[in-house]
Amino acid sequence: MQEMMEKRALELLADGTVNRVLGWSVGEFPYDMTPAVFRSAEDLKDRFVYNDFCGANLSKYLIKESKGEGKILVFLKPCDTYSFNQLIAEHRIKRENVYVIGIECYGKADLEKLKAMGLSGITGIQMKNGEYVVETVYGNKTVKASDATAERCLSCKSKKHVVFDELIGEDGDVVEDCNRFDMVEKLEAMTPDERFAFWRGELSRCIRCNACRNVCPACSCEQCVFDNPNSGVAQKAAVNSFEENMFHIIRAFHVAGRCTDCGECSRVCPQHIPLHLLNRKFIKDMNEFYGEYQAGADPDARPPLGTYTKGDREPNEGGNK
Amino acid sequence: MKKLSLAKLYDFFAAIAAKEALYLPVNNEVGKAEYKRWSEGVELSHQLNTLRSAKDFFFPQTENLMEFKMEGKKIDIIDTREACDDFVIFGVRACDAASFDILDRVYLVDPVDSYYKNRREHGTVITHACGKPAETCFCGTFGIDAADPKGDITVWDVEDGYVFRANTEKGEKLMAATADLFEDTDDKAVKAEQDKVREILAKMPLADLTTEGVGAGLTKEVFDRPEWASLSESCLGCGTCTFVCPTCQCYDIRDFDTGHGIQRFRCWDSCMYSDFTKMSAGQPRPTQLERFRQRFMHKLVYFPDNNDGVFGCVGCGRCLSRCPISMNIVKVMKTLAKGGNK
Repeated sequence: MQEMMEKRALELLADGTVNRVLGWSVGEFPYDMTPAVFRSAEDLKDRFVYNDFCGANLSKYLIKESKGEGKILVFLKPCDTYSFNQLIAEHRIKRENVYVIGIECYGKADLEKLKAMGLSGITGIQMKNGEYVVETVYGNKTVKASDATAERCLSCKSKKHVVFDELIGEDGDVVEDCNRFDMVEKLEAMTPDERFAFWRGELSRCIRCNACRNVCPACSCEQCVFDNPNSGVAQKAAVNSFEENMFHIIRAFHVAGRCTDCGECSRVCPQHIPLHLLNRKFIKDMNEFYGEYQAGADPDARPPLGTYTKGDREPNEGGNK
Repeated sequence: MKKLSLAKLYDFFAAIAAKEALYLPVNNEVGKAEYKRWSEGVELSHQLNTLRSAKDFFFPQTENLMEFKMEGKKIDIIDTREACDDFVIFGVRACDAASFDILDRVYLVDPVDSYYKNRREHGTVITHACGKPAETCFCGTFGIDAADPKGDITVWDVEDGYVFRANTEKGEKLMAATADLFEDTDDKAVKAEQDKVREILAKMPLADLTTEGVGAGLTKEVFDRPEWASLSESCLGCGTCTFVCPTCQCYDIRDFDTGHGIQRFRCWDSCMYSDFTKMSAGQPRPTQLERFRQRFMHKLVYFPDNNDGVFGCVGCGRCLSRCPISMNIVKVMKTLAKGGNK
């Protein structure tokens, strides 16, 4: 896959279709790839990489990059294309300045899962035939790739690219039975007190690093209300109070109807707070109240919270969930 | 040196906890180690290190500094400082123990930070030598020995127990108070353990990381390096690196209006944030490039410049593990070492 991607990127750079490539750059270890903009063939050959640890969603970088000089090539996984489409719908990306290559994806790996197996001192990871041979200074171990699959990929909603200029690999389908609302249903089945205790417990670990917000493609405000000293709610202290926990709930409200469920918030959370569950609750509610809707699937679709119809559910009809 | 048998570790914890608060690394609900207060039944984590650093004990993420009460035109200023109770931290690794020296250089020099000093004086640090370092470890780059950590007491795992060595008066006092649990031992087992760990460290991928290209006296050269643009290009501007870092020491001071008074508090700040050191004249570091550069200039150039060459990093590797986009101080150092000082 990496070879095909690199070859195509070199061709598109050489023929002038694009003048930059947005992809992933090699790390110190086999798993710590950094999103990077490549501006020359030499640079691409030197440090371009693609493997199971390239989980980062590159769409958000295009807000800035698509406003640059010339066209940029970007590699998008199926879930990333939803974020890209949503940003197009919100007029945040200049579509004409981006060349999208959709890349097939069968799920990304989560390093934390490998570490939880006791693997440390990792010096190499050979990936083949659905297995990872993890080389460490303490010895090698072979693990099934599926045992290291990221949680968000285990409930992947779609292997279909909703936008692309060309594809590398196969295009897939929307996954109908992805079970992504299973945990939301469990939370709904709790009593309000239990649910409150669950979220207070999870959110008590928050260190207010803002990684969830800053990585989120739906959080694209020029200045966040929580960073604006004139807003009256700017706040960077992490205190375990209800006001503090509200940060995440307000954020979930703000991205409701625009969140594509890419799962980046939970991927980057250093404290492993399952933030995506807040977004999924909103998605599930909107599906039930206003009909099935997937943000980013169609940039021309009217979003449920931005559309009025006479048949809209009245506030007093709101579920008691 | 004194030896504690495997079976007596929790007796040792109980003996300390009977007199003062004892904190140690404990696995939390998501399986990550974090410092928690020990009580009967709480188990010591066997993970290499805590996800957050130990700096909270002396420099908490948020703390109240003072209060103001207003009645009509009268304002009362209330000093909320109280002498801190004695406490013990067990299980601090060499990197985090070294971070306390770095924080001391900031908070215990004139003007002394009384809040920090109060906690520092009342805390006893028991360090735990590393047995199984990770690939993200690079404390050796900064002259820190993972096999011989500092602290008031140092503890090593040996085959059938633990070997303790008191390093300071505080440490000796604590060992004396629990003397009946220990037996005398020589340093043979410790030496063997140290040899083993140092051998492992030498095989780690970052064993050869040097501070070439950075350090005291290089402000202009490093500041002007063109590589900052590409290094900072994909930085999200979040504060993860700062908040998991054991040496990041910047804070903000704000007032919280309680409705009938003001609580003046300070909280950790991050140079990665857009409002960091923002003044009436504006933001001195307008883009992420300048903010990103500030973080690494501070640790790798400004800090050693002002502190006898001591770097503001202890190589704990937390930022390597936690950065959402895997950009970190090691990648910065390696890039700066390449083609620097031409």
